[in-house]
Amino acid sequence: MGKTLFDKVWDAHVVRSIEDGPDVVFIDRHMVHEVTSPVAFRGLKSRGLKVMHPEKTFATADHNTPTINQHLPVEDPLSAGQLKALEENAAEYGISHWGLGHEKNGIVHVVGPEYGITQPGVTMVCGDSHTSTHGAFGAIAFGIGTSEVEMVLSSQCIMQPKPKKMRINVNGDLQKGVSPKDVALYIISKLTTSGATGYFVEYAGDVFRNMTMEGRMTVCNLSIEMGARGGMIAPDEKTFEYIKGREKTPIGADWDKAMSYWETLYTDEDATFDEELNFEASDIEPMITYGTNPGMGIGISKSIPNATDVEGGVETYKKSLGYMDFNEGEDMIGKKIDYVFIGSCTNGRIEDFRAFADIVKGKKKADHVTAWLVPGSHKVEDAIKEEGLLDIFTEAGFELREPGCSACLAMNDDKIPAGKLAVSTSNRNFEGRQGPGSRTLLASPLVAAASAVNGVVTDPREFLS
Amino acid sequence: MAYDKFEILTSTAVPLPIENVDTDQIIPARFLKATERKGFGDNLFRDWRYNSDDSPKSEFVLNNPTYSGKILVGGKNFGSGSSREHAAWAVYDYGFRCVISSFFADIFKNNCLNIGVLPVQVSTEFADKIFKAIESDANTEIEVNLPEQTVTLKATGESESFAINSYKKGNMLNGFDDIDYLQNIKGEISEFAKNLPL
Ligand code: SF4
Repeated sequence: MGKTLFDKVWDAHVVRSIEDGPDVVFIDRHMVHEVTSPVAFRGLKSRGLKVMHPEKTFATADHNTPTINQHLPVEDPLSAGQLKALEENAAEYGISHWGLGHEKNGIVHVVGPEYGITQPGVTMVCGDSHTSTHGAFGAIAFGIGTSEVEMVLSSQCIMQPKPKKMRINVNGDLQKGVSPKDVALYIISKLTTSGATGYFVEYAGDVFRNMTMEGRMTVCNLSIEMGARGGMIAPDEKTFEYIKGREKTPIGADWDKAMSYWETLYTDEDATFDEELNFEASDIEPMITYGTNPGMGIGISKSIPNATDVEGGVETYKKSLGYMDFNEGEDMIGKKIDYVFIGSCTNGRIEDFRAFADIVKGKKKADHVTAWLVPGSHKVEDAIKEEGLLDIFTEAGFELREPGCSACLAMNDDKIPAGKLAVSTSNRNFEGRQGPGSRTLLASPLVAAASAVNGVVTDPREFLS
Repeated sequence: MAYDKFEILTSTAVPLPIENVDTDQIIPARFLKATERKGFGDNLFRDWRYNSDDSPKSEFVLNNPTYSGKILVGGKNFGSGSSREHAAWAVYDYGFRCVISSFFADIFKNNCLNIGVLPVQVSTEFADKIFKAIESDANTEIEVNLPEQTVTLKATGESESFAINSYKKGNMLNGFDDIDYLQNIKGEISEFAKNLPL
């Protein structure tokens, strides 16, 4: 019987299978950041173990770094302590470290692809659930806990049972103003946040074929929000074109050897999935969330559903709307917003800033809106400047910050104040995710831009000719 | 780090019948700044448990002296969201050794197993039974029997079995962890690495 893309990559990395237990899976790339690694390094030390493959391990500081005045010492002693711990651990174990201020610094899932660390057919992990991003290249990539970080540091393996397989097909053409973020939020709204738990997803069909690599990253990034371990897309010409010439991408004979493996990475026609779902591209509108999990999303022109029309507990649903201070049946369009956040590993890449610029060009930010524009990396920041986007932003009344996770998880000072309503291009709208008491509407960069200009939730299609 | 062995746990339980409890609620990001694994229990469910001036919210179950015990019973899709193991540490550090739910998010479940908190997945019906039993009597005792893989309401004897693979079960019973296992097969891993596709 044929194999799926996932089978091919997984099976090639199984060191051994334990009967009625997990597989021992070899990990090719391990991304490390300051928040989920210190305890793992401590564990390593207390057991007297070494890092087995420092050359397969890559450290960057992103979760807890400031996004202004990065040249100054970090004020918060706890945050400074984490950054120092990462730096020291990297130095002690010979791990490459792109810390705060380093020219290659940025969000772990943005810099991985930028420098060719991410490649088709590799296994990749990081102590961050959005590691699924790298699946856009046909890699098996997923988030792990700190105990597993310690496992990978010390043995380059993790132990997990092989997940079930799901394929999600979206065919047809997307409407104007519908971005990869909308496709993902649409799928999550259909599946709920637990609909793909236990599965690894492959995305297939016209929509993903036609998508840019950055768009594919946005989609794979959000796989975890429907409960999936990860998501992946078979590599194609676009993938190979994207990775060619990057710092860690193989060259010459090594490239040819890699290509002969990469070209085998697709799902065989007779392969089967445990679950297969089909969606129509034309059904998808620009999306926005109205509740406190990413599954609570609707087409932006729709109104908030009634509790009795949604799956799951009515109490939980009402609690969620209560937190958001919304009511059943209300329209989303026209709701006054206070903040706009564009950034994160979901939508903090250059194409996201281009989309944002398309809308705000020649317009002005609404006075009452505070906007945080946070590039995913220095490379993205540089491109924003080189392409003249910064001038567009400045003229429209926006400022650009320095790279990092920022208000995606609000560990640093970038916290949305209690009660304030934010349109965010990040990935989670949980209670307090963007700061205690903050209220988040997840949306695409286009929706964020249109809303920033109007000061209320706005359908971006009214700005697109 | 290896952890306490888990065999049979008999305890009262704390009910949290809310669905989709995510790890940002279990431990908000601003409490992830430590470089050591200690003190996370104090911030378990921080924003549900305390007001912004740090005074306790009396209506939240952890602040209600009626309920206590080493078992936390959560609603469906418990532990969704972030991969932060700090969430499992907070649950453990607070004093829970077992979480019961009708459905767990993957990474959280894995993290629990890796640090010695037993995640027990039961049917929706049995989860409802447990919630009702605790509601009518907060001193209801629940027995979680790992060797037998059963969870039982002591008062009525109603019981259900739960799944766990035999490898993880062995680890929990003996207090072993995966790192112990992997260290023992390092030679095999090195050999394997010589023949990787890339
Ligand atoms: S931007 Fe958000 S989701 Fe992405 S790595 Fe940072 S904290 Fe995680």
